Amino acid sequence: MPKDEFTPRTFSVVGTRPLRPDGIDKVTGRARYGADISAPGMLTGMVLRSPHAHARICSIDTSVAAAMPGVKAVITRADFPVHPENNGTADVLDNCMADKKALYDGHAVAAVAASSRRAALDALATIKVVYEVLPHVLDVDEAMKLDAPILHKGRKQEGVPADVSDNVLTRTEYGHGDPEIGFQMADLVIERQFKTAATHQGYIEPHSCLATLGSDGQGDLWVCTQGHYMARNTCAEILGLDSGCLRVTPSEIGGGFGGKTTVFLEPTALLLSQKSGRPVKMTMTREEVFRASGPTASTSIDIKIGMTKDGTITAAKGDYRYQNGAYEAMNGTLGAMTGFAPYDLDHVNTVGWDVVTNRPKAAAYRAPGAPMAAFAVESVIDELAYKLGLDPIEVRLKNAAREGTKSAYGPTYPAIGLEATLKAAKSHPHWSAPLGENQGRGVACGFWFNFGGDTCVSLMVNPDGTVSLSEGNPDIGGSRAAMSMMAAEELGIPMERVRTIIADTAALGQNEVTDGSRVTFAVGLATIKAARHAIQIMVERAAMTWGIDPEAVEWVDGAAQPAGPNAGKHPPMSLAEIAAIASNTGGPISGHFEVNAEGAGVSFGTHIADTEVDPETGAVKIIRYTVFQDAGKAVHPSFVEGQLQGGAVQGIGWALNEEYIYGKDGTLQNAGFLDYRIPVASDLPMIDTAILEIPNPGHPYGVRGVGETGIVPPLAAVANSVSRAAGVRMTSLPMSPPKVLAALKKM
Amino acid sequence: MKARLHPNEGVIAMQFQSPLSVEDAVAFLADDQNARILSGGTDLLVRLRLGHIAPSKIVDIKKIEGMRSITREDGGFRIGAAVSGAEMNENHDLYLAWPGVVEAAGLIGSTQIQGRATIVGNLCNAGPAADSVPALVAASATARIAGPSGVRDVLVQDIPIAPGQTSLKIGELVTSIFLPAQPVNGSDAYLRFIPRTEMDIAVVGCGVSLKLDSAGTVVQARVALGAVAPTVLLVENAAEILIGTQLDDDALSALAEASSSVANPIDDKRGTIAFRKDVSGVLTCRAAKIAYSRAKGTVK
Amino acid sequence: MSQIHVKTIINGDASEFLCAADETLLDVLRDRLDLTGSKEGCASGDCGACSVTMDGRLVCACLVLGAEADGTEITTIEGMATGENLHPLQQAFLDHAALQCGICTPGFLVAAKSLLERNPDPTEEETRYWLAGNLCRCTGYDKIVRAVLDAAKIMRETA
Repeated sequence: MPKDEFTPRTFSVVGTRPLRPDGIDKVTGRARYGADISAPGMLTGMVLRSPHAHARICSIDTSVAAAMPGVKAVITRADFPVHPENNGTADVLDNCMADKKALYDGHAVAAVAASSRRAALDALATIKVVYEVLPHVLDVDEAMKLDAPILHKGRKQEGVPADVSDNVLTRTEYGHGDPEIGFQMADLVIERQFKTAATHQGYIEPHSCLATLGSDGQGDLWVCTQGHYMARNTCAEILGLDSGCLRVTPSEIGGGFGGKTTVFLEPTALLLSQKSGRPVKMTMTREEVFRASGPTASTSIDIKIGMTKDGTITAAKGDYRYQNGAYEAMNGTLGAMTGFAPYDLDHVNTVGWDVVTNRPKAAAYRAPGAPMAAFAVESVIDELAYKLGLDPIEVRLKNAAREGTKSAYGPTYPAIGLEATLKAAKSHPHWSAPLGENQGRGVACGFWFNFGGDTCVSLMVNPDGTVSLSEGNPDIGGSRAAMSMMAAEELGIPMERVRTIIADTAALGQNEVTDGSRVTFAVGLATIKAARHAIQIMVERAAMTWGIDPEAVEWVDGAAQPAGPNAGKHPPMSLAEIAAIASNTGGPISGHFEVNAEGAGVSFGTHIADTEVDPETGAVKIIRYTVFQDAGKAVHPSFVEGQLQGGAVQGIGWALNEEYIYGKDGTLQNAGFLDYRIPVASDLPMIDTAILEIPNPGHPYGVRGVGETGIVPPLAAVANSVSRAAGVRMTSLPMSPPKVLAALKKM
Repeated sequence: MKARLHPNEGVIAMQFQSPLSVEDAVAFLADDQNARILSGGTDLLVRLRLGHIAPSKIVDIKKIEGMRSITREDGGFRIGAAVSGAEMNENHDLYLAWPGVVEAAGLIGSTQIQGRATIVGNLCNAGPAADSVPALVAASATARIAGPSGVRDVLVQDIPIAPGQTSLKIGELVTSIFLPAQPVNGSDAYLRFIPRTEMDIAVVGCGVSLKLDSAGTVVQARVALGAVAPTVLLVENAAEILIGTQLDDDALSALAEASSSVANPIDDKRGTIAFRKDVSGVLTCRAAKIAYSRAKGTVK
Repeated sequence: MSQIHVKTIINGDASEFLCAADETLLDVLRDRLDLTGSKEGCASGDCGACSVTMDGRLVCACLVLGAEADGTEITTIEGMATGENLHPLQQAFLDHAALQCGICTPGFLVAAKSLLERNPDPTEEETRYWLAGNLCRCTGYDKIVRAVLDAAKIMRETA
């Protein structure tokens, strides 16, 4: 598919800040999320979970539970169809319901559906599981050792050396030039090891779904998900259903951040429904969310960078070791690809390792893999700048990737916005504001690829001149508003005349998950193209009405008009006028567009963080924070700001206090919002934002995705700030008060 | 490993009672060893939901007369067992007399929790990190206990005997807390350390109560620490260190040293031993300075 | 186990329900009364998504037993707007784009209304501390705090 050329234009709707169309429902409590719906005869489904980090399941006896009053179905893995091992679907199923081994604390081993929550709980309590507890491993460096407890045997992929354990599934390598030559050219070389803890996406809405599945294989699923097509395809494959027979309708979604891009409860709920003959609703408790969904990888990273006295990076090496929990994921690969992506390097080499451990399988979390890599790389760059007495923004500008730069992960960049964000940061009052005692300022850059993918949009022109737009991506941050705006822009009508809905899986073709910051880009592109398709039809109808050639008609300001004096004198026909007579000119009018969207346009950001460190307790306070990010074109600037602020604060939480804490027995110690410490309102200042607009050549309006990049720089920005405030380099996240105080005492 | 019962495991017929008198409450409790008292419910309901407890009966004491009131008594204050943190914070006289106790109560949880949580609940849960307890101990508060054999008054520090365990006997409940009259030139303070600014359990808590003479010299001092031992700790030699001083630097560093050395914490998800010992000293000094300036502010 | 008969006033309307002794007010609101605007984010009082007021006091509905509601007056997010007229806080949340996914929004609105009833002119810091028990993972709180401060100003000007 040819890339869509960006064409400069002036906008009348795009770039404004209209109220969101789903707003009133959400401020009045009417909006329906995953757990807010019920069905006649509905049962409650609940899951029994492993209390062990690693255990062989010797036997499961569900006979007592099955006979209890109110219990309508009990299932274990034995009730699911058998899939060949070592394929992706088998892994997803295995994560939903353990097979021969429980691989982490919280791994599902059985489920019941009963007439009440109480009956379901009582039934779960009677299920007897005999476990043979096995040694477990949680840390990535430990898991790579040859004598580590092994989760899966024989799944090492090509390229993984023999001197690491079978827990290492993949090793990937990127780069160009020869770092060893580059290091010899440096005036200062710094090599450091960094550690980051696993964090959870922390969406406030627990996973929830309502499933109905008949013995004929016809089913309906209502679910909070980032991708209902993914849910349909995955559930159908797991359960051996025809995907066309399973209709999935997404609820409003109470946050996802990547954590709702897979299934956890859905196949179980469908199977329980089929066995019981009743609708089954399942909702995770918060404890289950922490123990069995999310989280992201924990990491161990070595970074070595050489720099000359004038700030030129001469060589860079990175070794990125990521544990992804119990099943394969590619966070380490993504870390290795993204860490040095902001820089124009002659000599660079990165290696990514993806390793399994006895933790819940890592799910995507906003630019998965990138924030930890940026933390490590940007920390070393900061330290080099500090030790060479250079301005950290100037150093980054000197080495910044630009149009034409060959990236560290391979491709050569088209027009990109890193330099613009750095210049904006440099000239912002924040950068030159004075600092007080025990305060420090940190800066860091971040990169994310962004993504396009399969996308379908249908746009219906209604007889009264309004427009109904159907898209297939759950609206996680205001995308219905953005789509209505882009359709209105293209059609030349007010945004209020376009209502966008998220259609169910039966209404549109395949849509990729709401992930990869793809929706405003890809669905936006498809929306524009669907609008153009409808315009083409409307132009034809007008031409027919006027008895002239369609090529002699153009679409201007929401109306068809003759393209020039030779086309004849006809008063313009508005969209509403064409719609009103559509029945007489050939029938209803709709446009549609289906595409595997390419040209998403990479995204860069620069963050400045000011912190104050209490030298007696190690407590860190964020006192000022500013985000600079390239949005290509901000369709709804308020929503773009919201993405940047939200990403920054998630990153601040990751930097300071969030972490999965395990006991010696491998069980999660902080499976709740009390001790899994996400930032609260009183922890934070306002988060200032500056949106840069360097158009994406691959989108008609220049749009780039903005959702993910905002979480990439903050770990490093905060760490650089704390390191400067405390006078000691912080290399381990989170920088919780005990860690900071210990570092201060070691000075 | 912490036992993970299934939520509400074993609950067959939990009952709910809301007696109108202390006698009825005592009778319900004496009658059923597996009964639990409900006041603010901010701990009880969490444990109930997680399945960590499975009571056969919930006894809601909020409808008993006096449980929800703060009254003056002998120059001090009697605080009913169902008085919430928010209600304490809204009582201006109580705040003027015992700002440290009121602030400690006010630190328990969010605004929403404050609408319900009580200092008696905080005390009787016997959590080592309870915020209000060090402040109450520093203030020499007493708890009034009603039970099958009548009413008795006990020093607050004698109520918790181990994490999750109190000295209360079967059928007994705490009906109120008594804060004595604040002496002239006396005041108190409470500080805690948490990783965030709100919503956390104390990693270290410290209550300090001081009385000065008219010249600003300390004549009485009580210092108590929370979250650094199985139960609240009195820093026994604090009085010895502080009395006769005006909180000069030497006194403060001796106090910090005393506090850090008496602290006997554990490593857990909220902090390390070394961190808790260090911060015990830091917080003690900071709280002492606040209590001192407050006490001095009352010097006529 | 016999159920408990509870009489309350919810959002100004008399309401009666039966509940089990261990059912929370949140269970009752959502599962028995179809008032699903109050959300369950944690069931432990740590997220504030189920914020309601009980006799004018801000509480987490997940930390109140249904049985305790007997004789009390409860207000939920469903009682915030008057007919088609949004409360100034609701309007301010829309105007300031103070919601993204919206799951925490009902709790924030109920909590913020409770704040402004007690303190019509809160500082940014007071607002942040009052709302510290309401978790939002999408916004970083910036636009929420601005919306509350702006609504307070509008309410003072029109009072």
